[in-house]
This record gives sequence, C-alpha cells and structure tokens, in this order.
Amino acid sequence: MTIELIAGAIKAILMILLGLNLSLFLLYFERKGSALIQDRIGSNRVTITGLGKRLGMPNLGIINTTIADPVKMFTKEDFVPAGADKFLHTLAPFLALFPVMITFVVIPFGDTISIAGHRIGLEAANLNAGALYLLATIGLGVYGVALAGWSSNNRWALLGGIRATAQMISYELAMGLAIVSVIMTFGTLNLQEIVRGQGGVWFGFLPRWGIFMQPLAFILLLVAGAAESKRIPFDLPESDSELIQGYFTEYSGGKQAVFMLTDFAEQALLAMLLTTFFLGGWQVPWLMHDGFHLPGGAFLAVPALAVSILGVVAFLVKVVALCIFLGLVRWTLPRFRYDQLMRLGWKALVPLGLLNVLLTAFAIVAIGRVQ
Amino acid sequence: MPPFLYIFLGALAIVSALGVIIQRNPIHSLLSLISTLLTIAILFIGEDAVVVGFLQIIVYAGAIMVLFLFVIWLLNLQVETGPTGHLALKAFGSLAAALLVTELFFVLAPPHLQVKFTREPVGYGSLASLAGKLFTDYLVAFEVTSVLLLAAVVGSIALARRLPVAEEQPQPRVVEKIAS
Repeated sequence: MTIELIAGAIKAILMILLGLNLSLFLLYFERKGSALIQDRIGSNRVTITGLGKRLGMPNLGIINTTIADPVKMFTKEDFVPAGADKFLHTLAPFLALFPVMITFVVIPFGDTISIAGHRIGLEAANLNAGALYLLATIGLGVYGVALAGWSSNNRWALLGGIRATAQMISYELAMGLAIVSVIMTFGTLNLQEIVRGQGGVWFGFLPRWGIFMQPLAFILLLVAGAAESKRIPFDLPESDSELIQGYFTEYSGGKQAVFMLTDFAEQALLAMLLTTFFLGGWQVPWLMHDGFHLPGGAFLAVPALAVSILGVVAFLVKVVALCIFLGLVRWTLPRFRYDQLMRLGWKALVPLGLLNVLLTAFAIVAIGRVQ
Repeated sequence: MPPFLYIFLGALAIVSALGVIIQRNPIHSLLSLISTLLTIAILFIGEDAVVVGFLQIIVYAGAIMVLFLFVIWLLNLQVETGPTGHLALKAFGSLAAALLVTELFFVLAPPHLQVKFTREPVGYGSLASLAGKLFTDYLVAFEVTSVLLLAAVVGSIALARRLPVAEEQPQPRVVEKIAS
C-alpha cells in the first residue's frame, strides 16, 4: 500500500514534469523553429560566459529561450491595473493552468512493469472513468481565461475573454463527440485499456491504432483540440493585431508567463491525448510481449524490461512528433475570422462528430467490436 | 473516504455556499457557487458515485456556470450596494426562511430521524451499473426525457430566431441625393 502510494506520487510528479518540459520544448520550437520556417536567425545572443563560443559551437538559442526568457519574465514587475479586481486578477492565471496540469496524470505512458515483485502500471492514476475525468478537467479550463478577461478592467481583455469562452465551449462539444466515438470503439473509459486495445496488427502489417479505425475522429479531435488550446489558426482570443493580447493584455511578468505556459501545456496535452486515443499510446508497431513480430514473419526476441522501456520511448517520440506537427501548423496557417471559426465549430465539426458517433454505432451493431 | 476528508469537504461546501449569498459582487458569488459544486462533486466521487460526480463537474461546473457567467456579463450586473426591494417582500422572505428552518429542524431533529443509512456494494455508482439501470429499468423514462430535452432545444431556437424582416425600401444613397 505504502509503496503504491509512493509510486503513484512519483508517477504524478513525473507526468507533470513531462508536461512542463514539453511546454519548454514547445517554447524553444516557437522561437527557433519559427525562425527556421521564416528563414530568420532567431534568438542567438545569450551564452553562459561565452562558453559555447569558446568551444566553437554555434549558438542554438537554447539558453536564450529556456533559461534567460523565463528568468526575465519572472523577475519583471508584476503590474495590476487600476480598477481591476485584484484578487481575481491574481487568481486567474492559476485557474487557467491548474486544470491542464491535473489532466496529465491520467495519460498512460507505458505498460505495466514489475519491479521487485510489485506490479506498477505506468500511469499516474488508473481511473476507470478516465475519459470522463478528461472532459471534466478540460471543461474547467475556461474559467481562468474568462476571469482574466473580466478582472482586468480593460475592454480588449474583456473582448478576448468573451471570445475565448465562446470558442472553448463551442469546440468542447466537437472534442467530446470525437472522444465518445473512440470510447464506443474500444468499449471502455479507461485510457490504459484503450491503449491496450490498440495492440496487435491487421492483415499482418497494419498496427491496430485508433487512427485507422476512427480517422474522422482523429481529425475532429485535432482541430477541436487546437481550437481549445487557442493557438493559431484559432488564436482569436489573443489575436494581437486586433486585441493587443486579448484576455492577458493587462498581465505582466510571471503571471503572463503562466498564461503562455498554459497555452503550451494545452498543446502538449493535446499531443498526448491524440497519441493515447489514435496513435496507440505506448504501443510500438509489431512489438509484442516477447519481441518484434515483423510483417515478413521475422521474429526478434527482446527482453521484458526492454519492451517496457521501448514502450515509454515510443510514447515520448509520438508525443514530440505531434508537438512539432502542431507547431508547424501554427506557423503555416493564417488566423480565421470569428464567423468562420463559429461556422467551422457548429456547422462542420459538431454535425461530423454526430455522424461519426452514428456510423460507429452502426458498425458496432453490424460487425461487432474490433477485438 | 476518510472521515476527516469528508468533514473538511463538507465544511468547504457550506462555506462556499454561504459565500454565494454573502458576497456582493455577482462574479464572486458565481465563483463561490462553482466552488460549492466542485466540492460536492468530489464528495460524490469519494462516496463511490463516480459518474454522478464527474457529470456534475462536466455539466454544472463546466457548462451551466459558464452560461451564468455570460448572463452576468451581458446583463452588466453591478456590485450590489445594499438591500433593495419592497418592505412587504422582505417580510415575506424572512417569514418563508423562518418556516423553512423550522421545518428542517423538525425533519432532521434526532427523535424524528427515520432515515437508515446503508452502504451500497462497491461499484454501485460506476458507469456500467448506471448504464445498465438506464437502459433496462428506466429505458422509457430515459428516452422520453431525451425527446423532451430535444423539444426544448428546438423550441428555444424557434423562440430566439428573428422573424424575417419585411424588405425595406432602399434608401437613396448620399451620392444620388447630392446629384439630385
């Protein structure tokens, strides 16, 4: 019991640290990746006593973006505008960040491993109602943004807050419908069981990943999730050419950094959700409990511990790849207009989601669940 | 759920519920209400009613309270400065409150306490058992309720829809006015 509690605590901390580090990676990618895409140099000034230069290495801006910028933001003046609701103005960034951070704990990042006779599942919280937990915590994310906009006593901020609220509750629906069709396909709300259900192959070569069973739901969750995380092309709440910086216009220093962190963490969470539901989570293609069963009939034995480690590595690789993909989308597409955003959400995604649920139900009745 | 946690959450729920009626700023009241709903949801989850707890968070704390927030914004409700209303209303309100408290006291006072607390088996509040009940014992009620809700949605859309305005006569444009 005690060992399980300690293991659970360690796993929860690991997951939250993973989320934070992925956010940092996304921040780095935001700065240097965008520079690469736009043929700029990007941040390359800061070094630690010129060490890299003396060793003859190019400055990749890692210290710039991952150490210097956050330190700068957290040491800046924390300004509360006149007439603002001081308590809510301070509370709002934490209300925005908290739901995202606690959602990380249900994501399974590996198969069950046995250490010294204890079987430890590699997920911080193995909830039977995991998918419900996800929807509940994601639904709470709207308050931080809405209250930030309201409490700032600024028209731009209020407009941004209203836009963000309307956008997030509109796209939550499409997101929920996409998740519902996945739940129907695998017949469970437990995320670890959903990942287990994606093991094995079809026709001897195609991994049984959710994306091949529910391609439409994958696209729905990708689009709706991108809209939930309020990034370009769905950054209407922040749109800096119209609203200065939207709901966090009146935030400075550390609190603004927390809002930026929330956006990046939401993106990392979206990558993890897509991986869990559609890309097989920790499943490595063709890797069974005893080793690789390659399509041609070849077999490569792998020790049990290595299989577990490969699973965790596969999960991380998929998540980072999706993070990079989301970053590429962010630097490729222009921003939607607000009416286009609402039309896409209510007239395209929600009907498609309902249709997908209906088709899934028909398929399950007609041919049974894929097992 | 350990007793100390139960007492802590219960106290938190009562304090936030008091906050809803004591605070003068409507947004602060709304936050207190959200906090009440969340604590009660956690109490549900701790008492094995997992689905009810999560649905409370998704539906009430996550959706209906956002609607309340919009209503407060759009009606531009201000901070209340003091008690308002007619004297008769206040008198009736106090009377009703006093009656309610008396009633509650008589129902819940120990000699009248008829409720027997029984412990349900583990898994009673799980999704599987809830879905089993909904789609067997209560199927008709469940389906009728869903049709009723659908009718309510369609009705509200029909009420909110603006009737097509009759074609207005095109106003002569400024340029044409000047020209004439």
